[in-house]
Amino acid sequence: MSHRWGMAVDLDRCTGCEACVTACRAENNVPTVGPEQAARGRAINWIRVERYYEGEFPDVRVKFRPVLCQQCDAAPCEPVCPTYASHHTEEGLNAQVYNRCIGTRYCANACPYNVRFFDFANPVWDKPLHLQLNPDVSVREVGVMEKCTFCVQRINEGKTRAKAEGREVRDGEIKPACAQACPTTAIVFGDLNDPESEVSRLSHSPRGSKLLEDLGTKPKITYLR
Amino acid sequence: MNLETKNKINDDLLRPVLHTSPWFYVIVLVLGGIIVAGLGSWMYQMSHGLVVAGIKWPVYWAFYITNFVFWIGISHAGTLISAILRLVNATWRRPVTRCAEVITVFALMIGALFPIIHLGRPWLAFYLMPYPSERGIWPNFRSPLVWDFFAISTYLTGSTLFLFLPTIPDFALMRDRTTGLRQRIYGMLSLGWQGTTKQWHRLESAMQIMAIAIVPVAVSVHTIVSFDFSMSPVPMWHSTVFGPYFVAGAIFSGIAALIVAMAVLRKVLHLEEYLHPVHFHNLGKLLLTMSLLWAYFTFVERLTVWYGNAPAEMAVFWETQTGSYAPLFWTMVFCNFVIPLPLLGIRRLRTITGTVVASSLIVVGMWLERFLIIVPSLAMKNLPYSWGFYRPQPVEIMITIATFAAMAFLYVLFSKFVPIISIWELKVGAHPRRVLTPQEEEEAQELWRVRP
Repeated sequence: MSHRWGMAVDLDRCTGCEACVTACRAENNVPTVGPEQAARGRAINWIRVERYYEGEFPDVRVKFRPVLCQQCDAAPCEPVCPTYASHHTEEGLNAQVYNRCIGTRYCANACPYNVRFFDFANPVWDKPLHLQLNPDVSVREVGVMEKCTFCVQRINEGKTRAKAEGREVRDGEIKPACAQACPTTAIVFGDLNDPESEVSRLSHSPRGSKLLEDLGTKPKITYLR
Repeated sequence: MNLETKNKINDDLLRPVLHTSPWFYVIVLVLGGIIVAGLGSWMYQMSHGLVVAGIKWPVYWAFYITNFVFWIGISHAGTLISAILRLVNATWRRPVTRCAEVITVFALMIGALFPIIHLGRPWLAFYLMPYPSERGIWPNFRSPLVWDFFAISTYLTGSTLFLFLPTIPDFALMRDRTTGLRQRIYGMLSLGWQGTTKQWHRLESAMQIMAIAIVPVAVSVHTIVSFDFSMSPVPMWHSTVFGPYFVAGAIFSGIAALIVAMAVLRKVLHLEEYLHPVHFHNLGKLLLTMSLLWAYFTFVERLTVWYGNAPAEMAVFWETQTGSYAPLFWTMVFCNFVIPLPLLGIRRLRTITGTVVASSLIVVGMWLERFLIIVPSLAMKNLPYSWGFYRPQPVEIMITIATFAAMAFLYVLFSKFVPIISIWELKVGAHPRRVLTPQEEEEAQELWRVRP
């Protein structure tokens, strides 16, 4: 059975703790740029927790929304890339081929979610942080775009393990770093082609909606309110 | 036309080519210095990465793409205007066409550099070309950037030919007037031109074909440049009006640049007897038409957005209309419409000075227009959490200044090596207007005025 990876994010459970942001950074070798460059808009966050405030003080409610690449089925970033660096995989993932990327940044402009990031400089890790780099994830050089991959290295690992053991991938077996780190299990990842999976169930919840759904990008992430 | 006039034309128009004043070296040195500074900035940017530029998340396109659209727009001066004037057989065009065609070629060369300057990895720019890769990898033909590549390379080839063809007889003239190495080079460029009837016929038909072919190419080029924006679901980019809006804007800024260039040439090379007030007057009328058309398109674009009242678009709309981009927006409206309208609309003001003032303002205004199309939309896309604000950095400003210097530099060099006014075309046609003394000029003006 072919897979179609998707995600459900329960906004009611999200506390805005940003554990997902930290976990993603560690898992995917996302570079840090320092406070100065971050203030100049060069920070890279494959996942971010957006905060929106409702009401007037003192009756204020804060809403959190983790925003990462929505892995759109009709992704606006894909057709605009002149070199096929941004393209759709057979499993519906929105892949970024760093070696093909020449840095036109057109994909980032076309993306309505602003989840694509440009490497303004070569990444540096102060010692001893360079020892914690994940060997399963390539480090991106200056001038290319990067973004959330749905932890494709973990997906491949899970599929390989299942194949070696002669079975199908079990639901919940593969977890991207953000889902694994979430203390309230607000982030659920799985196969949308499996009608029994938890992510399929949650995606059909009446509480569910997609981010900027009316743009017709067909995102694979469902937000539950 | 008698022999005396013909000799006078030869002498006047070959003078800038055959005699060099010390000012030429001063200008070339100054402009060259600015260009070197620009190249240095680019090298600095390449070695440090785009971290030294002002672009940031989420405004990933800014000055460089503004310059790209601006210069490709300027390039529409030439070829398009010159082709149309040829096709409608406007005889007053004769001294104007070559100045215009040169602008096209150089502006395209400069404009086409910017997509490379802005790349994250400019050394891989050749990925845009369908080169024979051993892994069989093609560029993505669905991407407007690949369309750009084809459109601009076609236009550059076409406009270079369009400039070269009518220069052949003049190259031959210079071959006969020079000696040594220069004679050999002009000889090669003149392709063995002898001025036989057969050769004239072939030249005429080749130019006719090119004039017809270049018009759709020029229109398609700026339409495709506009597609870079309108194909993306970005607020205020995703608009059907962008194609014609960009083409109109391109011709608008192109004519303005042409008028400025002509005024400079007229003064510096003493071409007062060839570039008459009537040329500025006529081009001023064209410019007025384009100014009205530009204002119409801007109004139509803004009105439909405002009436549609879509939240994401309205954020960008109000930010440009009354927010942080408002000073730039209203400067643009003044430069492109409010001030040029009386200057070009009232006959008494449509003088050389009047048209040059209006044109200079329009060049500034059209640069602002490109900036205002690109930056506010990117800064304020659909999710308010990710809004940002762009400020240019010295590298971007230096490279921008250097391109203007590069345009002037190439123009100066060209007019040094090739007569900037087509000599043979002036001789072929009746001279557009008899040379008048100041007294007669005054009388002619008087006649204009009292005409009921």
